[in-house]
Amino acid sequence: MVSFNILVAVALTYVAFLFTVAFIAERRASAGQGGWLASPIVYTLSLSIYCTAWTFYGAVGYAARSGLEYVTIYLGPTLVMVGWWWILRRLVRIGRTQRITSIADLISSRFGKSTALGVIVTVLAVVAATPYIALQLQSVTLSFSVFAEAGGRSWGDKELNGAAFTVAIGLATFTVLFGTRNLDANERHHGIVMAIAVEAVVKLVALLAVGVFVVWGIAGGPTQMLAQIDASPIAHWQQDGGRWVSLIFLSAAAFICLPRMFQVLVVENVDERHLNTAGWAFPAYMMLMSLFVIPIAVVGLRILPAGENPDLFVLTVPLSQGRDGLAILSFLGGFSSATSMVIVSTIALATMVSNHIVVPIWLTTQSRTVANRSGDVRYVILLSRRLSIAGVLILGYLYYRLSGGGTALAAIGLVSFSGAVQVLPALIGGIFWRGATRIGAAMGLITGFIIWGWTLFLPSFGVDAVISQSVVEFGPYGIAWLRPTALFGIAGMDSLVHGFTWSILLNLLMFFVGSVFTFPTPLERLQAAQIVNVFDYTAASRTWGSRAAGAEDLLLMSQRIIGGAEAQTFFQLEAKSQGKVGYLPDVTSEFIERLERELAGSVGAATAHAMVGQLIEGSGVSVEDLIAVADEAAQILEYSNQLEAKSAEQERTARALRDANEKLTALSVQKDAFLSQISHELRTPMTSIRSFSEILRDGGAPAREQARYAAIIHDETLRLTRLLDDLLDLSVLANGQVILQDQTGKLGDILDRAASIASGDSAALQILRDRANEDVMLRTDMDRLGQVFINLISNARKYCDAESPKLWIKVDRIGSDYVIDFIDNGTGISVGSQQVIFEKFARLTDQSKAGGAGLGLAICREIMGRLGGQINYLPGQGGAAFRVVLPSAAFLVNQ
Amino acid sequence: MKSRPTATVFLERQAYHRRRMRDLARAVPIFGAVLLAIPLLWARSGPQVAGATTSQALVYVFVVWICLIGLAAVISRAVKSEPLPDEPLDPH
Repeated sequence: MVSFNILVAVALTYVAFLFTVAFIAERRASAGQGGWLASPIVYTLSLSIYCTAWTFYGAVGYAARSGLEYVTIYLGPTLVMVGWWWILRRLVRIGRTQRITSIADLISSRFGKSTALGVIVTVLAVVAATPYIALQLQSVTLSFSVFAEAGGRSWGDKELNGAAFTVAIGLATFTVLFGTRNLDANERHHGIVMAIAVEAVVKLVALLAVGVFVVWGIAGGPTQMLAQIDASPIAHWQQDGGRWVSLIFLSAAAFICLPRMFQVLVVENVDERHLNTAGWAFPAYMMLMSLFVIPIAVVGLRILPAGENPDLFVLTVPLSQGRDGLAILSFLGGFSSATSMVIVSTIALATMVSNHIVVPIWLTTQSRTVANRSGDVRYVILLSRRLSIAGVLILGYLYYRLSGGGTALAAIGLVSFSGAVQVLPALIGGIFWRGATRIGAAMGLITGFIIWGWTLFLPSFGVDAVISQSVVEFGPYGIAWLRPTALFGIAGMDSLVHGFTWSILLNLLMFFVGSVFTFPTPLERLQAAQIVNVFDYTAASRTWGSRAAGAEDLLLMSQRIIGGAEAQTFFQLEAKSQGKVGYLPDVTSEFIERLERELAGSVGAATAHAMVGQLIEGSGVSVEDLIAVADEAAQILEYSNQLEAKSAEQERTARALRDANEKLTALSVQKDAFLSQISHELRTPMTSIRSFSEILRDGGAPAREQARYAAIIHDETLRLTRLLDDLLDLSVLANGQVILQDQTGKLGDILDRAASIASGDSAALQILRDRANEDVMLRTDMDRLGQVFINLISNARKYCDAESPKLWIKVDRIGSDYVIDFIDNGTGISVGSQQVIFEKFARLTDQSKAGGAGLGLAICREIMGRLGGQINYLPGQGGAAFRVVLPSAAFLVNQ
Repeated sequence: MKSRPTATVFLERQAYHRRRMRDLARAVPIFGAVLLAIPLLWARSGPQVAGATTSQALVYVFVVWICLIGLAAVISRAVKSEPLPDEPLDPH
């Protein structure tokens, strides 16, 4: 008979062996010799943490109670593994490209790096994992007690609790030592992975050994074994179809959603191609693990006294046959199952707790400026992980104490599974459906969590522990619809199927409804596109719009998180890749994204994003960024649109330049023409003045002729003076140097004066007026306005070519403006000429008749412009017609 | 939008075969799920005597299980010859 002390010694030796294995693996990995660590076999074996002590011991008990149903727990994961092409491949790829550190991190990243979602998933995971950890403590403790009792000592509660506590402390120590030695940027733990791979072999060998012993050593071969199965009570197995299907689905979902499974499947995965091997090798492992479960249960039920705990048949059957060595091997198998699960589970949970709860809280309590010590965040993270590991184990221990450790192992395991599976809608929805939103995910998670807590978790403490018997029977406050085992009044379902179905259904419903009716933030949409289309886009996400942060600030922050040397190496490499020397690369958005991802590998996406966001002003992504990244096609389209817009703009500019150039050329031509006109205008009178003055100088002309010549000279000088006056007037007006008089007067009076001045002595032009409308008081520069009228009337006098020239002067009101039309009955001005009549020196008829320099209308236009009104040619009036629009400020009194 | 602009509509024999292997890889869990639900039909078919005995059910489940594993292993070997599984997934 094995003495208890020998067993303890064996266990301690085994633990020491595991320490050594972990230590060597860690050393080799850090020395870069970890080639064999990264083999698909190690990956496959590390997945075996799915097979916990619950599997090792509990499956046999489960089989003894419920027949073949236990296989569902492995069939679900088998389907997931052989179908790795569907989900796992996607998860692993996302995990690698987004530097995912945990399942909470994945959910948080996918939904816009939301801190709140990270917290929800973390809390859910911790609560769901607690019973499971309690289960492991219980199974190890029970297995110790079996040997103690076999050695003749009966264990009471005190010893059991003591053993559980010791185991918890031992596990915490091991996990802290190897799980939080370093803060790896990839969150990988080579030592631990190697240790659990070794444990995987031990538990498989142990269970197979017991199975072989039972089938060939006790039953006498496979054929007799099958006969014994049909003869045993297990043959009365009646499978509930709902349970069978539910459990396959539940275990398949849990395989993906359990934090510890996510840790080994996704986070610790070093090579995507390992899935290819694990896709068939891990189902094979599980098949072997469950192959001998029924035989052991059948034989146990047959040969052991009734009332023996079937959960411990794996130990008690060899012990009862006096096979102590086999029993010790079996004990080590169970011990391995429990420890490997607890280690990975606590690491995964501690990572989540530190990244999603502790660090965000710590960051908000820290002032930004003070804490700049290199590695301080890193220290906080490591410390919080160590404390979290201890905390999770303490929670497990408390649950163990609270629940009394009495209930069947499998039942607790399934409750725990159902809790973890609440993440499924958000997870699967998140990686396959771009429409899933943060709000939807949160609503689904919270709903599922509450229903699971009410229907499965709280009742799992036992009757009257948390929920009293009356509440179970009649519902809280007598509301029958809320009975924990019969929600909505639907009673009679299996309690697990009931709780699981309702929680996951309503979870899914809320997730879907919440997603459909809410609108995601730009960052969410960006992450959604990145994650859902992970196989289409390998480009990094553009999460930062601006780049206002200084490289030095970023380096300071990175040193706080990943430590001085690592941060400096990273920055140096980045600078080098940009072709720079030193530690400070240019802060491009690509660099910031790589940095954020690097930090995310240590502290999770949400925290990394928040920390980088502290340094980058105007943080976050804009809708433009979103459009630019969401789709490569859209990106190209965007680019070509931009090019198009740019080229359109360039074209506009070129056109404007061309116009300006034409105008300048035209002006230059105009200036030349103006100069030549001026010279010409000046030269003609000058010529006559010179000739006639020469005649006068030479003398000899008769006196009458002399007087005529002098008159011509006088006329010509007058003409010159007038021309120069006009030119001066025009230049004064054009340069804005004119000073306008502020005068008031009647429109009729100005017209009277203008008519009398312009017609002069000749009465050839008949002016027809509309005196009734002319009674308007004006306040403007009367003299200038009169100048315009004089010009228009004298133009009519000069150019109207009708037999009996007439000029109509009509005053009218159009809208709020007063207009004065000057219309004669001549032939008018041709359409082509209408354009140029207001230009300087524009003269349509021959010069001699005009007697002016052609500046009159140009001056009129300048004057009206100065007064704030207009003068235009009015076509279609039967003769030449000009319309003067009075400035609206000019008239004071109507009529 | 999903496939690269250079993606062709038809593939040469080797690539075509690999694509079909992937289809098979996707189909395996579906077949598996259906086959593993079959014991329910027996169990439901009446009292203990009707249908199959527990040992037959046990053998059936394990045979299906082993077939799934074997199929997955064969496919894994076939798929392994691919470069890296990051080309667009649309089967042609």
